[in-house]
Formats: sequence, structure tokens, C-alpha cells
Amino acid sequence: MSACLAIETHGMSREFAGVMAVDQVDLAIATGSIYGFLGPNGCGKSTSIRMLTGLLTPSAGEIKVLGDNLFGAEERIRRRIGYMTQKFSLYDNLSVLENLEFVARIYGLKRSERRSRLAELLSLYELAGREKQLAGSMSGGQKQRLALAAATLHRPELLFLDEPTSAVDPENRREFWERLFDLCDQGTTILVSTHYMDEAERCHGLAILERGIKRADGSPQQLMDAMNAQVVEVAGEDLRSLKQTLVKLPEVLSAAQIGSRLRVLVARKIADPLAWLKLQVGERDLFLVQPSLEDVFVTCTGGDRHVA
Amino acid sequence: MLLRIWAVVVKELRQLSRDRMTFGMIVMIPLVQLMLFGYAINTDARHLPAGLVNLSDSAYAPRIVAAMQASQVVDFKFNYASINEAEAAITKGEVKSVLYLPPDLAERLVRHPSASGGHYFAQPVGQWLVDGSDTVVAATIKTLRQMPLYDVMNLPPTHTVPSFEVVQYFNPEQRSVVNIVPGLLGVILTMTMVMFTSAAIVREREQGNMEFLITTPVRPMELMVGKIMPYVLVGLIQVTIVLGAGHLLFDVPFRGGIDSMALASLLFICASLTLGLVISTIAKTQLQSMQLTIFILLPSILLSGFMFPYEAMPVAAQWIAEALPATHFMRMSRAIVLRDAEVMDLSLDALWLLGFTAIGLLVASLRFSKRLD
Repeated sequence: MSACLAIETHGMSREFAGVMAVDQVDLAIATGSIYGFLGPNGCGKSTSIRMLTGLLTPSAGEIKVLGDNLFGAEERIRRRIGYMTQKFSLYDNLSVLENLEFVARIYGLKRSERRSRLAELLSLYELAGREKQLAGSMSGGQKQRLALAAATLHRPELLFLDEPTSAVDPENRREFWERLFDLCDQGTTILVSTHYMDEAERCHGLAILERGIKRADGSPQQLMDAMNAQVVEVAGEDLRSLKQTLVKLPEVLSAAQIGSRLRVLVARKIADPLAWLKLQVGERDLFLVQPSLEDVFVTCTGGDRHVA
Repeated sequence: MLLRIWAVVVKELRQLSRDRMTFGMIVMIPLVQLMLFGYAINTDARHLPAGLVNLSDSAYAPRIVAAMQASQVVDFKFNYASINEAEAAITKGEVKSVLYLPPDLAERLVRHPSASGGHYFAQPVGQWLVDGSDTVVAATIKTLRQMPLYDVMNLPPTHTVPSFEVVQYFNPEQRSVVNIVPGLLGVILTMTMVMFTSAAIVREREQGNMEFLITTPVRPMELMVGKIMPYVLVGLIQVTIVLGAGHLLFDVPFRGGIDSMALASLLFICASLTLGLVISTIAKTQLQSMQLTIFILLPSILLSGFMFPYEAMPVAAQWIAEALPATHFMRMSRAIVLRDAEVMDLSLDALWLLGFTAIGLLVASLRFSKRLD
């Protein structure tokens, strides 16, 4: 079973000065999938990735990466993984080509091999023509492509990406995800952390983290299906004050205005949410709608601190 | 392994070539310091500001003053009416010393041995009041104590035979710059070498490069060696600049072999660079690494024998000095440049530097963990 798992953890925990940054996280990430960590800043995404790459020692728990116990085998495993850090971590005062050459030499690529691999990466990541440009003078999207090229230069089996798209525009984000699916198609397992719902929705599997604790785990569809709430949208007058009334009810998990509608999450124990809500909202119109990943996120993390 | 060291070397060289400021400093620091210290540091004091309290109306008084002035040791700048006034002037720092000529100057002169060849009631002719807080100043004024007076009194010179003759090897003209230039080499190298590498690891950490670097297969020792190598070259360039300019500008002789000097410099450069690396693995920020560099630099200037003779220091201070690479290099460079010694004559110092480098590299590699916690 564990042969087709790229990452397997049991009770992975990390404490910083008495605070549990990551608390008893169990993971089972299948080889060849794109798996996401979704959560707000400070939820333990980066700490988890750093433990999985062997940069931080866990306070407790077991970690298996690519079928090997991570502890003691870090150096061997590091040759098989790639890591793209949250902050741009290549050298600003080296050119695109110089940065890639440095990484290629570090990974021990011989001259001819190096030349062909770099040419391949430059064209794949649309950096051709910019070889001489200093990395520090590039845009967010270009830096991101360079960082991805560097992280995948040695064709890792497992790729870690820590909030890779936080510094790029939506257009570049779309393209970036297309590249990730290309890599995935070639057999690379990818673990990506994000705080964007739309990115999380693209993942095959997903863990929602909050304050170091894994709140949910599964494919986006599974998570939406398993949500313990139903989503009703209310249209009508005076939604702000309605919201104030609704959030006080224990059956209402959350209410958030989206445009001219109020999106209300009603606990699943209410058999007929439309009829139940009708009593609360009076003359306004009600629509039962499909849950989104954001709804899952809100119910999992108690987004507006109104979890019954 | 060699490929990875080479990768780090190429990277460092490329980064260095982009950093024009640092690149300029490699050349400018040794040149400016050499000019500054070569001209400024002088241990034989001249033209010290002096005052005069002359209570004598004898005609000898102006002659004595003129003779003192002619020695170039002092410049008489002020006249004071009384000893009290003179003391106040010294306290204020107006003058470093005051010559007091008493009312009975003429009688004292007549009774003085240099005038009369020995007299039972001989007394000093006058008195120097000196600000003794600076020992160099005080020692210089003391040389005036024995000033012959036959000139003043128009007597034929009487020659006294000194008890011992002193023959001065290697620096017969007693120019301090001859001793300073080879020493300065040690100070400049300590400063630039330790500074360059003390920031090396911290900078990568601060700029966020480290997190990526430690997930690559690069080993700590490879990183350390790769980071040092480009600066060895830089150090050798500086040695050439200091010794070349010292020879051209200050006429400092270069008596020893170039090969001995190159070897000694190489050993010292490596020792200083590893010292910087160790600092770099201790400091958390670039500011801290700079503070630690200064902490090393000060004793390297003051205890290494650059400023004050090593032999004159208390034993405990000598132990501290022995621990500093600069002390050993100071000894070697002066011996090679001024006394034509060879590295083989100085094997203890050479071995010590070699050992320092090896241990330093080991410590830095062990301290550098490929982890963030």
C-alpha cells in the first residue's frame, strides 16, 4: 500500500516555544497526484513542508517520503525531491542562466547534459532570450518560472511548492497551474500550499489546515459532499441587519454577503433548510445552491467564529 | 564533489564581480590604509608643543632655548610668568611640556659638570615639566635630559665614551614605516578576509537563499571550501598591492623570497577566511557578524605585535595573542620581508596557521547544519 504513497506521516507535530505549529497531522499522499495544503497564514503549511523536506526536525511523529523513513535518509531523499520556497531563493545578482548553471552543477550535471537540460528548461518556462537578465530585475511571474525551473532541474519525483503563486497575477497563475499539470502528467507528485480557494479546487487531494490541526482531508468534491451544512442564498432588502440576526442562530454556521445575496450555511441537521430559513427571513427570496470549497473551508475552520 | 565546490566558486566569483563596491574596496582598502598609516604612524615624536617659564635674566637662557628648539623635539609656543601658570597650561592641554629656567640659572650652569668638569655642588640647570600621560611624549622629552651644554657656554666639546655601542640591524635609519608596512599587511588581511567571509553564510540566510540551498545535495564542507577559494585570490592581490606600494612609496625593502612570502600569506589568508566562516555560522544577522569581526580585529591590531612589541606584553596577553592568526603572520611577514627569513625558519608559525585553518574549516562545517531549526 505504502509503495504508491509519495508521502506518509503519522502524528507529525512541531512545537515552537510552547506553541504547536503543526499538531498530530496524518497524511497519505498518493504518487502522481497534486495535493494541496489549504489554510490561512500561520496555519502550519510552511512548517509542514519544511518538515517533509527535512529542513525542520519534527517534535514528534513519523515521516516517510518516497517510501523511505525521512530521518537519517535526508541527503538521499533530497536528490529525489524539489523544493520551491515561498520567498524567491535564487540569487538576485546572478543572471537567469548563471542561476540555473549553479543549480545544475550542484546537482552534478555534466557539461553536455547541463547544456541540453538548461536549453530545455529555458524554452519550457519561456525564459529563452532572458538568459543574461539578472534574476533580481525580473517580474514576479518570471521569477516564479525561474524558481520552478530550478526546482525541477534534476527531474525530482516529488515537488514541494510553498505558496508558489502569492506574487503573481491571475493570468500567470493559470499558466503556472497548466505547467504543474504537465509535470504531474509526467509522473511527478506535487505538494502545493496555498490560501487561494480556486487553486485548492484544482488539486486532486486537499488538506485544510487551521492552527496546526488538519481539519479536513479529501478531494475537493468529497469535501464538498461531506460538508455538514447546506448552502442557501438569500436575496432581498436590508441584508446587513439580516445577517446580524441570522448569525446568532445556532443552526446557522455562517452568513456572508456575496454581491446582492447573503450566502447562509445551515447545519445539516435541519432537514429542509429552505422551509426553516423561510421562517427567519420573511419576504426575501431563497435559493438552495451548490456548496463551494470556500463553504467547506468556512465550516471546517469556523471562518467567522460561529461554529455551534 | 569537485563539481559542487566549483559550482560554489563560480557563483561567488560572479556575485563578487557584480558587487562593484566590494570589488573597489578590495583595492582601495589596502591602498588607503597603507598611505594613511605609512605616513601617520610614527613612534619618534617631533615638534611637541612646549612652553617656557624663564625666571633668569642671564644671557644663557635664550641660547639654551635656541639649542632645545634646534633639536626639533620641541617647539616653544608660549611663555608663562610662573610655574603655576605653566601647570595650568599643561592641564588644559595647551602644551605637552614646559621648560623651567630658575633665577640662578647662570650659577647653576657654571657649577654644572658639562661646563666645569665636575663640581661638588652640581645641580640640574633647569627643569622639564612634562605631561607624562602619553609615555611616548614623556620618553622623548627625557632624551633632552642629557643635552650637552658646552655649545651654550662656548666651550670646546668634551667627548664622553659611551659604555656600550648599539648596532642596529635591518632598519639602521630607525624609520618606523619599515616595521609598519609588513605589519599592516596582517591588519589589512585580517580586516578584509574575516569581513568577507563572516557575512558569507549569514547573507545567504538573510536573503533567503539558504532555504533552497540546503535542500540541494551540496555538503557543508563543499560549501565552506567553495566560499573561501575566491577570496584566497583576493587576499593575494591585496598582499601584492601592500608590499608593492610599500616598496614604491615608502622604500620598504623586500629582502626575503617571494615564494616564502606567498606561502606565508596563503596560510594566513586561509586561516583568516576560516575564522570568518566560523563567525558566519555563529552570527544570526549581518550586523552581528560585523560586530564579531571587530571583536577579532581589535586584538589583532593591538596584541599581535603590530602596535606594541609582543615581548613587552604580560604572559596572559601573549597567550591571547598566540591564539590570533595575525600574531603569527606578523612575525612571519616581518621576518621574511625585513630579515630575509624563510618559511622553514618559521615552521612553528606556519604549522600553527595550517592547523588553525583545518580546525576552523571543520568547526564551520560541523556548526553549519542543513536544517532551519
